[in-house]
Amino acid sequence: MWRLNKPSVAVYKLSSCAGCQLEIVNLEPILFDLLGAVDIHYFVMAKRDNKPGPYDIGLVEGAVTCGEEIARLKQARKECRILVAFGTCACFGGIPSIKNWKPQRVVESIVYEDLSAIHSTTAYGIDNYVPVEAYLKGCPVSKDELVEFIKSILLGVRPYLRPHSVCVECKLHENVCLAVTKGEPCMGPVTTAGCGALCPSHQKPCEGCRGPANDPNPESLAETFKEYGLHKRDIVLKFRKFAGMNPEFAKGADAV
Amino acid sequence: MTLERIQVDYLARVEGEAALKITLSDGKIKDLMLNVFEPPRFFEGFLVGRRFEEVPELVSRICGICPVSHQITSLQAIEDALGIEVSQQTRDLRKLLALSQYIQSHSLHVYMLAAPDFLGYESALSMVEDYRPVVERALRMKRLGNDITAAIGGREVHPVTAAVNGFTKVPSRKVLRDFLLRLEQAKQDALETVKLIGSLQVPDLTRDCEHVALRSTNEYAINEGRLVSTKGLDIPVWQYRNHIKEKHVPHSNALHSYIVGRGSFLVGPLARVNLNFDRLSPDAQKAALETGVQFPNFNPFYSALARAIELVHSVDESIEIIERLDPVEEDRSFEVKGGEGFAITEAPRGVLYHSYRINDEGLVEAADIVTPTAHNVNNMEQDLREYVPRVINLPEEEARLKCEMVIRNYDPCFSCSTHFLRLEIKRQ
Repeated sequence: MWRLNKPSVAVYKLSSCAGCQLEIVNLEPILFDLLGAVDIHYFVMAKRDNKPGPYDIGLVEGAVTCGEEIARLKQARKECRILVAFGTCACFGGIPSIKNWKPQRVVESIVYEDLSAIHSTTAYGIDNYVPVEAYLKGCPVSKDELVEFIKSILLGVRPYLRPHSVCVECKLHENVCLAVTKGEPCMGPVTTAGCGALCPSHQKPCEGCRGPANDPNPESLAETFKEYGLHKRDIVLKFRKFAGMNPEFAKGADAV
Repeated sequence: MTLERIQVDYLARVEGEAALKITLSDGKIKDLMLNVFEPPRFFEGFLVGRRFEEVPELVSRICGICPVSHQITSLQAIEDALGIEVSQQTRDLRKLLALSQYIQSHSLHVYMLAAPDFLGYESALSMVEDYRPVVERALRMKRLGNDITAAIGGREVHPVTAAVNGFTKVPSRKVLRDFLLRLEQAKQDALETVKLIGSLQVPDLTRDCEHVALRSTNEYAINEGRLVSTKGLDIPVWQYRNHIKEKHVPHSNALHSYIVGRGSFLVGPLARVNLNFDRLSPDAQKAALETGVQFPNFNPFYSALARAIELVHSVDESIEIIERLDPVEEDRSFEVKGGEGFAITEAPRGVLYHSYRINDEGLVEAADIVTPTAHNVNNMEQDLREYVPRVINLPEEEARLKCEMVIRNYDPCFSCSTHFLRLEIKRQ
């Protein structure tokens, strides 16, 4: 494990909504503590004066959706000792990867008339191109996990990034199960915890935004959805939303 | 012939990615490009074929700073398409959600993104040493906005409870009333903000340009209203596409919005305050008048002040809504019958348009989204064309900062880039 004293941090942006970067600023009750514990050297959304690398920790937000981003990502890899896939787009391709299941030109022509200047490619998470030391999942990332991760680096201990499914946290909240009692198509059984079972706690089935949990059984869940009366097409939509490029969720989409 | 260049490779303290390149020849602008290199994510492309229930969840990911606006606008467009009338409670909760996002987003922009320019700092982080109470005030207001969003929506970024025809879960009266004390304190913070921003010296860039905003008969329009302008536009939402179009212009990398028969226009807090001054809360109007700045005002550098004035209004209206609201769980059921629907709301950065065509199976057949930044990008360039000749004799670093300030004024969100085109960077 790493143990770093006042690590330098860089925040990079690829194709994304900036929500994960904003979650850093949203730590405001402890923002000053955070600024005392790390040195933020590169964070274009928040600073004008950005220092060149190398950095100890690089948080990469967003999916790779074009060639220039591959080059920028490789540069980030060179500059950083610990490279973190920061949020679901960087971990799995996220929402931008939804377009991957349609012919590229079809998707492009819906949005733009002149396609000569468009250079989009298949959207992937960043580990498709460079090795990654850690994954902070979620759309957006969980602030608690981010703090946990930074604390672990300061202390030199292994961060506790939850491997189990959302169902575990849902049970801890003593929620009534939306799937079992109402037949709602909840992705909780196959999705990584860490959000505190946020959506089911608000009477909304999990949509799988944190990607697959360890050792899930997506084929079985797809079968259950079918028993609930879901159209085959709608089951595919469930698995191809936040992490469709991931082999585990791909099994769910292929099962029906 | 002397050829000089003002170049900003990666605009800081804005959301998303853009560069500014201005080429001068003999002191005149030869080329001016706001190059948005934020890659397209094709929301309107991949929404086709998805279920209508998924749309609010998906479109909130257009932007992490104004996810609430995208959710509310898409919900209203979908409800318009399906022929659903929502309850007054849903309207109120949505308005409160929108106001909480104004409080969050405006505090972020006024203090963290814009103020460092006016006060001579590179970032709000570097202001902490000299201005700690001011930065703490900003963080306190921002946290309040976030907390209200989370109380209603479940989470501050990409909230989860807002659904077609209501909310999956509503907050209790007690949870809402617990915010009243903090809102009272925020009122003082917001008034201080108006004083501080109103006292700043701003450059003059008064320009005759059309301002566009929603206007409603009985409230400060945010989620509903007619689209009006300072030059006589006055249309219902569904007529939007008859009046506002986009064109691909050779000198720019972004599609440029324009009003048919006229030209570029400005949306956002300054346009809203200009067009709806009489609908602001009495204390917001009073605070605005006390600054001595005249409204309507056509100097875009006063956008930050307009944001501060809206902070006062947002706090006042939040208190007013919370005091009369007693949310109960409501039946959200409805029948799906396809159709086409339209909605416009005022996102913190300005007019946001969503339209969907949904079939009888509940699948999206077409989506059309135009974001505030897309509306404004044409006007940003027009502002720069007017402003650059006034700053070209300044030292290069200062001229560059001034140009950046013109862009940062708009609080642009380049990730909201559903209508942006990419173009090669031109090298001379």
